[in-house]
Amino acid sequence: MRSPRSLVGGSPASQYTVDFDGRALPAQEGQSIAAVLWSAGILAWRTTRDGGAPRGAFCGIGSCYDCLVTVNGRPNQRACLVPAQEGDTVTTQEGTGHAELAV
Amino acid sequence: MPSSPSDRPAADPADPAGPAAAADLAVVGAGPAGLAAAVTAAGLGLRVTVLDTGERPGGQFYRHPAPGLGAARPEALHHAWPDFATREAALRAHVSAGRITYLPGHHVWTVVARQTAWTLHAVAGDEGAAATVTARAVLLATGAYERQLPFPGWTLPGVVGAGGAQAMLKAGLVLPGRRIVVAGSGPLLLAVAGSLAAAGASVPAVVEASAYTAYAGKAAALLRNPAKLAEGATYGGALLRHRIRLLTRHAVTEAHGTDRVEAVTVARLDRDWRPLPGTARRIPCDALAVGHGLVPQLELATGLGCATRRSPDGTVALDLAADGRTSVPGVWSAGETGGIGGAGLAITEGEIAAHAIAGRSVPTALTRRRSRLRAFADAMAAAHRPGPRWTGWLRDDAVVCRCEEVPAGRIREAAEDLGARDARTVKLLTRAGMGWCQGRMCGPAVAALAGGSAASTDAAPDRRPLSCPVPLRHLAGLPADLPAEHSAELPGADG
Repeated sequence: MRSPRSLVGGSPASQYTVDFDGRALPAQEGQSIAAVLWSAGILAWRTTRDGGAPRGAFCGIGSCYDCLVTVNGRPNQRACLVPAQEGDTVTTQEGTGHAELAV
Repeated sequence: MPSSPSDRPAADPADPAGPAAAADLAVVGAGPAGLAAAVTAAGLGLRVTVLDTGERPGGQFYRHPAPGLGAARPEALHHAWPDFATREAALRAHVSAGRITYLPGHHVWTVVARQTAWTLHAVAGDEGAAATVTARAVLLATGAYERQLPFPGWTLPGVVGAGGAQAMLKAGLVLPGRRIVVAGSGPLLLAVAGSLAAAGASVPAVVEASAYTAYAGKAAALLRNPAKLAEGATYGGALLRHRIRLLTRHAVTEAHGTDRVEAVTVARLDRDWRPLPGTARRIPCDALAVGHGLVPQLELATGLGCATRRSPDGTVALDLAADGRTSVPGVWSAGETGGIGGAGLAITEGEIAAHAIAGRSVPTALTRRRSRLRAFADAMAAAHRPGPRWTGWLRDDAVVCRCEEVPAGRIREAAEDLGARDARTVKLLTRAGMGWCQGRMCGPAVAALAGGSAASTDAAPDRRPLSCPVPLRHLAGLPADLPAEHSAELPGADG
């Protein structure tokens, strides 16, 4: 079956895992967090602060801010821009991502 | 990564050593236009500093698979890869020779006039450190982002930008689904559908709101660009090979699903893009890649006061001289900022601007090529300009502003009951455009809804004093002696 990887050939140099809401997801060096999530079939990792609606990557280039996610405790990171690092803990972001501040 | 100049103080024009420390040219953006301009200018003897938000050169068009993916054939996902590869090699050579300072991961958020030089302020790296660069001339090659026209269900996971899907595929080798409808308007859709299918997705249809017959009146521009016709034929061939239906004068008017998209409704449009009753049908899918062309990214240019013009596609672009001069002396621009035209045109314009900035005569071959490609771009832009009645598919309960979750009904109320006539007034009344993206996604739609029924997506240039989020400590660290016109543009003045 054709795949993005078969199209460009080659083989991944190294693989490591990233923790997403308690799931270990495979990641390759330099892949964005959004790409890691998409490759695991996960399209939503944020809920909106007003309607609680699920959101994920939309523009893919850092313009829309829909893909905001919490990485290693830091909220509001653009998943489509931030490379997934070995050992990262990524968590679904709810609302503003600052719930613990009670603001 | 090369060392950042952030540890140096900004050049002080009163200090004789200051201007001497400035580069001859600062290029903002390392996409096709900026990269071509930088290597050409360095080749002509200028000392150049390149600042780019990306970690590797190429911009949004020439995006590389992440290194760890080990892609042996990145060119399989690109058109005209050698045009990029030769210039990337030239960039590396100039950097080694000390003629170019290349600063990846630098997001320029404002440019300030400092007497004989410009100071560019950037946010750099993961930690958002402050960095400044000074230069005698500035070339803005900031490119574009995708234009989106909303419809009910467009916030569902699985609905992604067409360019976004392409970007994620090129850089991350990932797809948003297995069965992906591609919709919107413009030639990018054909390229995206071809890439997605080549990468293993099934694409049941490309849904194009314009009619390709609109090109018929532009025979001269088409015939002068045989390479562009061949490119079109390549995309057409890819559609045939992958058995992808091309539905012209149709639009996706709704996406269905609960947690993610499960199907889309496609309807036939009249000449003004009004959905025709009784023509709706459902196409099952697990993703939708949608976009209606591109919008020039102009924050830095409009912040400097550069004059703009209306492009044939309805977007606002910079009003540039043929050699890339903006209306502000010392500020130049090339590529999509002057109107959407593609990578080939962007490269040509970057080279032209570099010659002009270096005080050299511009080779005739370049000016001819630019004029030919610009004519094609204008013909294309006109053919895919959104029709005035596209808002007919926008139900009152459909979200328009994704960030602030403002539905169309609230915007119509602001326009019809409260008298809002422009996007700025709507923003103040409804918060549409006030969120993280600062109206980049909803701006055209809000302007169309505010401007009454006849308006399409026309809008005055968006004014965003800051081009990206900036830590407050950087604002606090700006010199106090900014000229008044710049101080007036700091946050709050336009909010």
